[in-house]
Amino acid sequence: MHPAPSVILFSTLSGLGFGFLAFLGAGVLLPSGWWAFFLWGLAYGLAVAGLLAATFHLGNRKNALKAFSQWRTSWLSREAWASVATLAVLAPMALSDWLGLGLPRIIGQLGAVLALFTVFTTAMIYAQIKAVPRWHLWLTPVMFLSFAIAAGAMLSGAVWAPLALLAVGLVLLALWRVGDGAFRRAGQTLGTATGLDRIGLPTLFEPAHTAGNYLLREMIFVVGRKHARRLRLIALVLASLLPALILLLPLGWAGVTLAALVHLAGALAARWLFFAEAEHVVGLYYGVRA
Amino acid sequence: MTALPGATERRLGLVVDLDTCVGCQACVTACKGWNDQGHGLSDQDAYGANPSGTFLNRVHSYQVAVPDAAPQIVNFPRSCLHCDDAPCVTVCPTGASYKRAEDGIVLVNEDACIGCGLCAWACPYGARELDADQGVMKKCTLCVDRIYNDTLPEEDREPACVRTCPTNARHFGDFSDPDSAVSRLVAERGGYDLMPEMGTRPTNKYLPPRRKGPGQPSPLAPLLDVKATGIAGWLDRVLGKI
Repeated sequence: MHPAPSVILFSTLSGLGFGFLAFLGAGVLLPSGWWAFFLWGLAYGLAVAGLLAATFHLGNRKNALKAFSQWRTSWLSREAWASVATLAVLAPMALSDWLGLGLPRIIGQLGAVLALFTVFTTAMIYAQIKAVPRWHLWLTPVMFLSFAIAAGAMLSGAVWAPLALLAVGLVLLALWRVGDGAFRRAGQTLGTATGLDRIGLPTLFEPAHTAGNYLLREMIFVVGRKHARRLRLIALVLASLLPALILLLPLGWAGVTLAALVHLAGALAARWLFFAEAEHVVGLYYGVRA
Repeated sequence: MTALPGATERRLGLVVDLDTCVGCQACVTACKGWNDQGHGLSDQDAYGANPSGTFLNRVHSYQVAVPDAAPQIVNFPRSCLHCDDAPCVTVCPTGASYKRAEDGIVLVNEDACIGCGLCAWACPYGARELDADQGVMKKCTLCVDRIYNDTLPEEDREPACVRTCPTNARHFGDFSDPDSAVSRLVAERGGYDLMPEMGTRPTNKYLPPRRKGPGQPSPLAPLLDVKATGIAGWLDRVLGKI
């Protein structure tokens, strides 16, 4: 699949933002005054920046509001609702922390649940797609949620944040291991795609067209897999190991900031791979996956 | 609404005969020609060095190694299969993508499409292409503006690809009627679904190429076995003995 920068930025930043919102809402960190204003502002900023990046992926943005209509069937529509609900429910909690209004924490806890549900809906947009076997795994939502929880724990200075970051690394390793065999296990070949396995072994004779098209650009992306192994190592070190190590050093908030920046770079690398390595079965018709 | 209708009154669709398709691309051209009216299907750099465009139907060519028989070239037209369990419909966040309860045709309401491309990701068959100029999704409409069009002569009230096919490799009809021509074709020739494990339950069916048997010797072969007579025959015998 084509790793569009807008979608990578969207899922990474909003995951980070909603993860942090969940922890602020749940009260893991209880800031007050302008410190609260800054931290809530950061969480809201990340979440909203991610959502705005997502709209750049749309071909026809003027209809964006209609995306709220199909929540009964569409995970993308559910995500729209969940994200707006999270931002709305947590707003009074953020004001309460900033201005010391003393509103009950239960509002924040409800918002925290909604924030994590938002991350889950984002993951399900990908996990639901059977035509991309590498995404169609229960590990996909686990990966998205582990990133959000680790980011939230890290940014709110929880003592167990290094463990959460190491867990991200383990989930990534599991996702790659299971994902590498997913296409083969789905059992689709040019033979099943054309049904010609009934008479023999088909191979590509000549392409349907010599120029590129939407399918080839969007779903049959093969450029990026060349450096996949090296990028996996980079993602693992930057998203998991290095920030966990930095958090163990006695650096205070400077350490958290440094760890967060390193983690963000690793998360972007991991998300790039998530798209670039995913193979769509339509590639079979073009002889890209035999 | 992007919920799928439980059952449709009719199941309109196509049968593609891979035995008779000659890969002439006439269906591709006719489809583009008919559907290029109105908003149309845009092309980019059509006459330049790097042309690209939106098509609803594309014809691939495959070579098939057949055990105990001569190898075959199979031309393979690929377009929307108007699936009963269309995954492209349920993923749509806006309700632009829908399946008609009356005849099972899967359509896109372009006025409600946000161009997110999720439906194209969900389709295993690559049936949907996002128009690069208009930013909305395009797909086969089964020529819904022909098949019910009273202003067209009756013989033209079928999809453009079917109407134009010079070898009759494409057939249009109602699969919910077991006696329809398409249903009988599927029953007689062993029509099948593409990638049934994807759980899409396609309406369109493909007919397999007929078995061709082993390669036959040329009818001209006996003529090559020339027996020389007369002086040439005597020379042939003498030279053969030396």
